[in-house]
Amino acid sequence: MIDFLKNFLNGTLLQLFKKKKMIKLGLYGPPNSGKSTLANRISVDWLGEKMSTVSSIPHETREVTSKEEVKIKHDGKEINFNLVDTPGIATKIDYEDFLKFNMNKKDAKKRAKEATKGVIDSIKWLDEMDCVLVVLDSTQNPYSQVNITILGNLAARKIPVLVVANKTDLKKARIKKIESAFPQYPVVAISAEKGHNIEGLYEQLFKVIK
Amino acid sequence: MMLTLQFVPFEEVNSLGSEEKIEKLLKIVRQNKVVLMQGRLKPMEETRLIQKTMENIHKGFRGVELCTIFPESKDQQIFNKLRKNLVNLLVGYAQGLTIIGPATVIKEIKRNPDKIELLTRK
Repeated sequence: MIDFLKNFLNGTLLQLFKKKKMIKLGLYGPPNSGKSTLANRISVDWLGEKMSTVSSIPHETREVTSKEEVKIKHDGKEINFNLVDTPGIATKIDYEDFLKFNMNKKDAKKRAKEATKGVIDSIKWLDEMDCVLVVLDSTQNPYSQVNITILGNLAARKIPVLVVANKTDLKKARIKKIESAFPQYPVVAISAEKGHNIEGLYEQLFKVIK
Repeated sequence: MMLTLQFVPFEEVNSLGSEEKIEKLLKIVRQNKVVLMQGRLKPMEETRLIQKTMENIHKGFRGVELCTIFPESKDQQIFNKLRKNLVNLLVGYAQGLTIIGPATVIKEIKRNPDKIELLTRK
């Protein structure tokens, strides 16, 4: 009987506690902002393996993918994450846009159909998140309705947010523009592809989760 | 190309439930008209509108261009902030303007803090 109780306490209860402690960290943003590149960077840093495929063609990620037990360490502390990479959120999807990337009509239509489902799933998953990295391409105008809608939804759901100004390695990157567009949020400037300031991202992430 | 703008007063949609409101707006957009709605959608309604848009994408409907204009004061004085919060509490989402256009007609809505440009297709 005592053994049973011990096992119960060490097993089931501990697992429940552990599961509760795992923070679901979502990567959200418009298509091609570098969410999957960042997801890979984080996953390689802490698990030693990539989790998503990346491409210059928009809507490469068309399904929500996740990696559990991503234990990120910073400044002597450790947080256990469930890292969730989501398809880019868009208000329009035109298969003809994919034809410009030398895709045939059949594949372009298939990609467009899958992408619409991906957007729906991304939004459905919003409620599940404990914390969100809103990944923006810092070479693009930040005042897009998709960005505003994502941030507005996260605020309404009281989900902690860190805005990630990505692609800082590109000449056209305008970090100040993102900072002035969303002054109420912490912004961290990185290049997920080149690995610039990823330590800064972890530092900000730990501050946001506190 | 002729562009039709349809004005939707706040009173016309305020009494509707979220689903009905979104259906009404998307119905206008699917008729290749641009909606000019007085007021704003709630954040959850905006995402629901995107979801419904995605569900409805087909050969003749490629989605929407969406833009909400909401004048936000940068005044940091406590009294003015309180006054603004009170106004928000009383009239809430009736403030501002929402533009929704079919992506087959509106190529892009460019928004900078103080100007909006509606770029149409040929």
